[in-house]
Formats: sequence, C-alpha cells, structure tokens
Amino acid sequence: MGEWMTVTDPDLSSDSKNICQYTSETKMSPSSLYSQQVLCSSIPLSKNVHSFFSAFCTEENIEQSVSYLDQELTTFGFPSLYEESKGKDTKRELNIVAVLNCMNELLVLQRKNLLAQENVETQNLKLGSDMDHLQNCYAKLKEQLETSRREMIGLQERDRQLQCKNRNLHQLLKNEKDEVQKLQNIIASRATQYNHDMKRKEREYNKLKERLHQLVMNKKDKKIAMEVLNYVGRADGKRGSWRTGKTEARNEDEMYKILLNDYEYRQKQILMENAELKKVLQQMKKEMISLLSPQKQKPRERADDSTGTVISDAEEDAGELSRESMWDLSCETVREQLTNSIRKQWRILKSHVEKLDNQVSKVHLEGFNDEDVISRQDHEQETEKLELEIQQCKEMIKTQQQLLQQQLATACDDDTTSLLRDCYLLEEKERLKEEWSLFREQKKNFEKERRSFTEAAIRLGLERKAFEEERASWLKQQFLNMTTFDHQNSENVKLFSAFSGSSDRDSLTMHSRPRQKKPQNMSNGSPVCTSKLTKSLPASPSTSDFCQTRSCASEHSSVNVLNITPEETKPNQVGRECANQKWSMASRPESQEGCYSGCSLTYTNSHVEKDDLP
Amino acid sequence: MNFSEVFKLSGLLCKFSPDGKYLASCVQYRLVVRDVHTLQILHLYTCLDQIQHIEWSADSLFILCAMYKRGQVQLRITVWSLCTKSVSYIKYPKACQQGVSFTRDGRYMALAERRDCQDHVSVFVCSDWQLLRHFDTETQDLAGIEWAPNGCVLAVWDTCLEYKVLLYSLDGRLLSAYCAYEWSLGVKSVAWSPSSQFLAIGSYDGKVRILNHVTWKMITEFGHPATINNPKIVVYKEAEKTPRLAPGRLAFPPPRAAAGVASPAETKYEIASVPVSLQTLKPVADRANPKIGIGALAFSPDSYFLATRSDSVPNAVWIWDIQKLRLFVVLEQLSPVRSFQWDPQQPRLAICTGGGKVYLWSPAGCVSVQVPGEGDFQVLSLCWHLNGDSLALLSKDHFCLCFLETEDRVGTAFGRPGDHT
Repeated sequence: MGEWMTVTDPDLSSDSKNICQYTSETKMSPSSLYSQQVLCSSIPLSKNVHSFFSAFCTEENIEQSVSYLDQELTTFGFPSLYEESKGKDTKRELNIVAVLNCMNELLVLQRKNLLAQENVETQNLKLGSDMDHLQNCYAKLKEQLETSRREMIGLQERDRQLQCKNRNLHQLLKNEKDEVQKLQNIIASRATQYNHDMKRKEREYNKLKERLHQLVMNKKDKKIAMEVLNYVGRADGKRGSWRTGKTEARNEDEMYKILLNDYEYRQKQILMENAELKKVLQQMKKEMISLLSPQKQKPRERADDSTGTVISDAEEDAGELSRESMWDLSCETVREQLTNSIRKQWRILKSHVEKLDNQVSKVHLEGFNDEDVISRQDHEQETEKLELEIQQCKEMIKTQQQLLQQQLATACDDDTTSLLRDCYLLEEKERLKEEWSLFREQKKNFEKERRSFTEAAIRLGLERKAFEEERASWLKQQFLNMTTFDHQNSENVKLFSAFSGSSDRDSLTMHSRPRQKKPQNMSNGSPVCTSKLTKSLPASPSTSDFCQTRSCASEHSSVNVLNITPEETKPNQVGRECANQKWSMASRPESQEGCYSGCSLTYTNSHVEKDDLP
Repeated sequence: MNFSEVFKLSGLLCKFSPDGKYLASCVQYRLVVRDVHTLQILHLYTCLDQIQHIEWSADSLFILCAMYKRGQVQLRITVWSLCTKSVSYIKYPKACQQGVSFTRDGRYMALAERRDCQDHVSVFVCSDWQLLRHFDTETQDLAGIEWAPNGCVLAVWDTCLEYKVLLYSLDGRLLSAYCAYEWSLGVKSVAWSPSSQFLAIGSYDGKVRILNHVTWKMITEFGHPATINNPKIVVYKEAEKTPRLAPGRLAFPPPRAAAGVASPAETKYEIASVPVSLQTLKPVADRANPKIGIGALAFSPDSYFLATRSDSVPNAVWIWDIQKLRLFVVLEQLSPVRSFQWDPQQPRLAICTGGGKVYLWSPAGCVSVQVPGEGDFQVLSLCWHLNGDSLALLSKDHFCLCFLETEDRVGTAFGRPGDHT
C-alpha cells in the first residue's frame, strides 16, 4: 500500500487521468483475492495479470501451488493450510477449513483494502483540487503582491516627490520669511532715515520761521495788528482777575477736584456693579443650595468623601447666608469664600447633571431594546387575535345575513318606512363605504404581516436545510479524516493534516454555531409564528395549506353574502351590525385593530366576490 | 416731514446758535441771522470781504466771522479777551489735523505743540489762560488730540504712518498707550463715546477698535468686510422707486431734471437678503491719502450705536450695536456717503450723499426723503438743531431746513423692516 502511494503520488499532481484509469482497472479485476495480491505486489505485475493467473496452478502442480500458497500465507501470518502433521513422514493433509478461513479472511482484507483504496483515491482527488486551488491562490496572491509592490513603489515615488515639494516649499517659506525680515529691516531703516530727515527739515523750517517772525515783527507796525475795537462788559460786571500764584494754586486745586470727582464717580459705578454682581452670585448660590438639597442624602449614602465634605460646606454656607451684612464688605476673604462656595456647588451641580445625563442615555438604550422585544411579542399576539377576530366576524356576518334575509322576507309593506329606510340606507351606505375602505386598508396590512411570517418560516426551513447539509458534510469529512490518517506517508500526512485541521476546525465551528442558533431561532418569532399558524388551523401543517383553508373560508362567507347586495341591506340590520361591531370593539379595547382587520378581511373578501358577479 | 423754502448760501457756512434760537448763514460777504422757528431775518451784517468761517459764541450772543485773506501771518496763538483788554500769546502751536481741543465744559484747552522736533501738549485753564500742564508726548508726529467728554482724559494720536494712541489724564499722567499693529498705515479717525466710556479708533486697515475706560485695553474690533453673511444683520439697500421711462418715450427737449447729473427718481430702501456684497473701491496704492480705512466715526448721543464709514466701501454706512458689540445695520446708498450726523436727542442718523435726498435711520427703520424744490438740491452737508426737531441741509449755493415730525408720527412714517425688532 505504501509502495502504491509512493508511485502514484507524483502522478497525482501531474496527471490525474492516470489514476482514474488505474483505479478503474483495479476495480474491474475479477478476483478480489487476486487484486489483493496485486496490491501487495508491484504495479508491473498487474499488466500481465491474466497470463500469470492461468499459469499459476494446473492439474499437475496443485501440490506445489498449495505448498507455495501455504508458505506465502504463513509468512503473512495466516494459519497454515495444512493440517497439523502427526508425524514427520506422513504427508500433510490440506485443511479445507483453514483454506476457507484464509480465503474468507483474505476476502475481508481485500474488501477493506478496496475501501481504503477508494478513500485514498477520493482523498487524492480532493488534494489535487485543493492543490490546484492553492496554486491558483498562490498565483493570484503573487499577482497581488506584484501589484501592491508596484503600488508601493508608486506611493514611495509620490511620497518622495511630495517630500521634495515640501522641502521646496519650506525653502520658499524660509526665503519669504527672510524677505519679510529684510523688508522690515528696510522699512525700519527708512523710517529712521525719514525721521532723521524730518528732523533736519524741521530744524531748517524752524530757522526759517524764526527769520520770518523776526522780519514780520520788525517790519510791520503795531497798528496793523488785530485789535479789539469795542470791549464788551462782563455780564456779572466783574473784571478779569490777575494772574498770580494764588490763581495758579486755585487752578491746580480745581483740576484735582475735577479728577477726584471723576474717580469718585467711577468708583461709585464700580461699587454698584460689584454689588449687583454679588447679588447675582448670592442668588445663584441660594438657588443652587435649594436645588441640590434634595439630593443631599443620596451622595451621603454613597459615602463619597469629597461630595460629603462639600455638602457640609454648603450647609455651613447656607447658615452664613443669614448674615447678609457680611456681603457688603468687599473684603477679599469674603469674596474668596463666596466664589469658592459657588465653585463647589457648581461642581456638584455639574456632576449631578452629568449623572442624570448618563442615566437618561442608559434608559434610552434599555428602552430601545425593550421596545424591540415587545413589538415582536405584540406581533404574535396580534396575529392570534386577528385569527380569532376573523372567526368572530365571520360568524357575525353570517348572523347578520340571516337577519337581513328574514327582514327582506317581511319587508316592503310600508311606503313611509321604506322611505325612511332609504334615508337611513344612504347614510349607512356612506358609512359602510368608509368602513370598507378602512377595512381594505387593514386587510392589506394584515396580508403584509402574513407574508412576512410565511417568509420567516421559509427562511427557517432553508436555514435548517443548510444546517443539515453542513452537518452531513462535516460528518463526512470527519469520517474521511478518521479513516485516512494512519495510512498516509509522512509528507502527505503533513499536507493533509494542514488542510484537514483547518477544515475540521471550520466544520466544527460551523457545526456548533447553528446548534447555538437553533434555540434562539425558536424563540425568535418566525418559527413560533408558523407553529401558531398551524395551531390555529390544526389540519394544515404548511402555510400553503393554511392559505387554502383560508380561501375556502372566504368562499364560504362570500357564498353567504352573495344572497344580499349592499343595496338590499336593511337599515335596522346594518345598524345592529354596527352596534355589534361596536360592542366587540368595546369589549376588547386592546385588540381594536385586530377586530378591524379581522372584519375587513371578511368584508373585502365578500366585496371582491360580489364584484366578480355580473 | 416738512421743508422750508430754499435760501442762498455760500461756503457751506450755516450754523445754529448754541442755544438753538438762531441760525447764522453766510452769502458771500453777508452774514444773515434768522430766527430758527420763523426763519425771518433778524440781522444782516455786511463784512468787508468774503466770509470764510463763522463761529457762534458759547452764549449765542456773538458771532465770529473770519476773513483769512485779511489776516496776517503770525506764528503763535493769540487770545483776545473781549471783556478786558488783555491779550495772551501761546507759542509753538502745531499745525495738524486736530491741534486744539476744548473740554466740553469749556474749562480747559489742550494744545498740541512742536518744539525742538518734539511733540508736546499744553493744557490751559481757559478762564485766565494760565498754563496748567505741559508735557511731551511719545509721538513721532502728533496728528490730533481730543478730550473725553468728561474732560478728564485726553486722547492723543500719532500720524498715520504709525499706529499709536496715547491717553493722558488731565494732570498730565500717561494713562495708557495703545498700538494695534506696526509697519502699516495707522489711525485715521478717533471718536469718544458721549459717556466717555469708549474710545473708537478707526484705522487704515479697515477696522474700528474700541478701547474701554477702565483698563484702556481693546474690548473688540469691528471689521468692515465687503460681504455680509450674518442673517441677523439687516442690510438696507437704496433702490430707485420707479423704473425709468423707455427711451422712445422721452419728451423731445429733455426736461431739465433729466439732463442734470443726479437723477430725480425717488428712491426707497429695500432689505437685502444675505449674503450681501457691498460695492468696493479699489484703492490706488501709489497716491497719497488712499481711499482706505475708516474715514468717519460717530457715536449716537446715548452711546448705544456707532456709525462708521469705510472709505473703501464708500456707499455704505455701518451701524454697530455697542451694547452687544456687534454689527447691527448696514445702509448701502446709491452714491458715496458724504457725511452723517446723529440726532443730538435720540438715536437717529441723518446721512447725505451729495444728491437731492436726505436719509434718516433709526432702530425702527430708515427712509429716503427727496428734498423738494426746483432743480437739484445737492445735499453736501447737514447739521442738526439742538433739540433734534429740525435739520439744516446745505448745498453748494443754498440751504434749507427740514422739519421732522414729532416722534410718534415719525415712527409710522418710517418703513418698518419685517425681520427685525
């Protein structure tokens, strides 16, 4: 067997056809015993199988061949074909039982070997395809590697270029900075020069001015100078005061007075502003304390040291608050106290608000989850209720129809009543129309729901099927792995184990996952729904059946309705019907929708059937 | 809104008296004094030469008329007393953008001086022209000085070549020095808020920086971008009211008005939907006095609003909310804004653009008013009466008064914008 493997192994990868031929040949061999021998011997032997077989035993050499076989078998560990010799000289007798046993054993062995061989062959095929796949993968990856390498080179190139650009830009920036520096220096130097020039010019100008002044003062007569012609007396009749040191001092005093007044005014303003701000702070603090006091106990329970101390501080501050006069002092300590306490309280408030925010977000999250779950349950309940409603409505319609028929039989005797009825009828017709439209809509919704449930059921079936398949394949593989392992030679074992290990693990996980899923699925709506659907209609296990029965039911109702067109319905009955409906709705406020849609289903069905009629 | 008849005027010389009773105006060499309410001529003075400047005395009893042609060169400031025969001389005054500043109560005068290539500021007591303080300033070339309305702080700013604003106390101490940036054109305009609380500095970088009076640090800066994206900002756009006639229907001798420069078409304000891009001027970089930066600044009398004009966006007036320190309203005119002035009594801004209209803005809305009368009345300048009831509109050759209705009627007359208030 090992030999065979070594021979075929190179062929396996290069030429799989050869193997196929070979295996078919071996399978076709007539005698299992023989093929067993063939397997044990080398391949060239198999080529001239028949000639060898024909030459092995003849009439003449039975003895020899038996002894040969005996020898061979004993070397292979089988019991001897001969009976135990009683004496040396006596010829040993052929033991038929032993021969048969041997043959049987050989046959069993042969069958086992054949099975093993088949397994090995399939394994080989699989390995071959795996190899191909791997080679493809390898090629692809190589390509990918190449492309990525190229990309990398491109990127590197781009990076280099960008770096180059960056360097250039840096250089430019540096140049610009230098330029700016230079220009600034130029500006500064120009400014100094300009100032210098200006000063020079100004000095010249001053000299000229002086000259001009001298000239003007010398040349011009005093007469030409401007003079006040008519002086006006002061309103208070006072004369101008002399300039003395006294006036000077007085001016100074006045100036300082003005300044002082200004500063006083400003100080007053600032004081007022401060007072206002303090008031605001105080109020803020008060409000904070009042706001935080209900929460005082909670943080204490938590035994949080920092908040505990802060709160005790807050209490102290609250006590201090009574001493309002204290705040009028603009002393630094008081200010500090106030700001500190405010800061502390602010911190508490902030942490509190943050906590609240966290809680709110948590609640939100939980709320969403809850909603999800509830909605699904609601759906199930709703469907159940809908089924019930349908039944009830059908019954109700039936009774109504009966009543209507009775009424019809007795009606049409009084004109006035008929007129009245007509009036009612019109009204009722309108109302009915409205209700029909409403029912139709609800029916649509219901149908939609039903469709989604059937889809879910189908999905579940598919999933189950897939899972079954997976399990089968996994079992198969497991089996294959188990059977093939021990016969591999070292190289193949390595290769195979690398695959089988991974595939085994995969299949295991694949296997386990659906198994975990399964109960979840069961709890998750769809399968339960289907079960419920079937429950509601016990005879029909599948959804298609369910549909059939439903259509039957609708036919039933339609047949019933057929007898009466809406024009013929009597107002009294319709009114009663409505009353009935109302009653049913009132009796189950929580299942209003279900009632509606249930009714709508039957109604629309009947309506459709009616429309089909001429 | 009513308009008086049109009177002659020259040199844009028209001023209300400080007590609000009289109106002085000049026509060539004549000075006309009218009663504000009746507009009757009370006095008519004839001068020897064309009047170039007029100034009311603080008690509204005297008017000064200046004829610079008849003056003489003197390199000093001369102060004549009108009651006594005393004359005071102040040497070394600096000729600059705003070299003299009186405190609002008239008690002190600050004067920029230049001695030995160094800027100085002298503070005089106006009652006897005694020098109270004299100090040199850390400026390259001082450009202007201005007292805070409370008379306790003097703002001093340097030439446009350098961004530098110095703040001095009345007693000459340097309170603070502020410099927003270097190496670029600096301060262009400065304005104190009436509460003395803020100092707004408009500069050539197109921003207004607001300093506070406590730390003298910048509170905020207002940029003047040409596009407005914030939907909270209301942009009023002046638009012509009626579409022009088709060219084929024009009468043959074209009417005089149509031949004029300014179109007589009435205009109205429309609220533009953001984003709005305002018309901008590209400044000529190689000329002196480039048309960039904040050329005009004015606080409303209650200090709640600040009106600014960026010279690179000449058609727009920006009104800032000082309480919220953000842009409030933008008015975009059809032509460049000449000048604007706040009503002394309430937050109401009058704007003129050199056309035949006067524009008024208040937080309730804004209106464009055509000045009635024959021909064009190109409003070049305007000034409010003390009580905010009337407004003098000055053109090159004429002036007229515009009487505003009482407040309750004004409220209804103003177009209320739909999306704010």
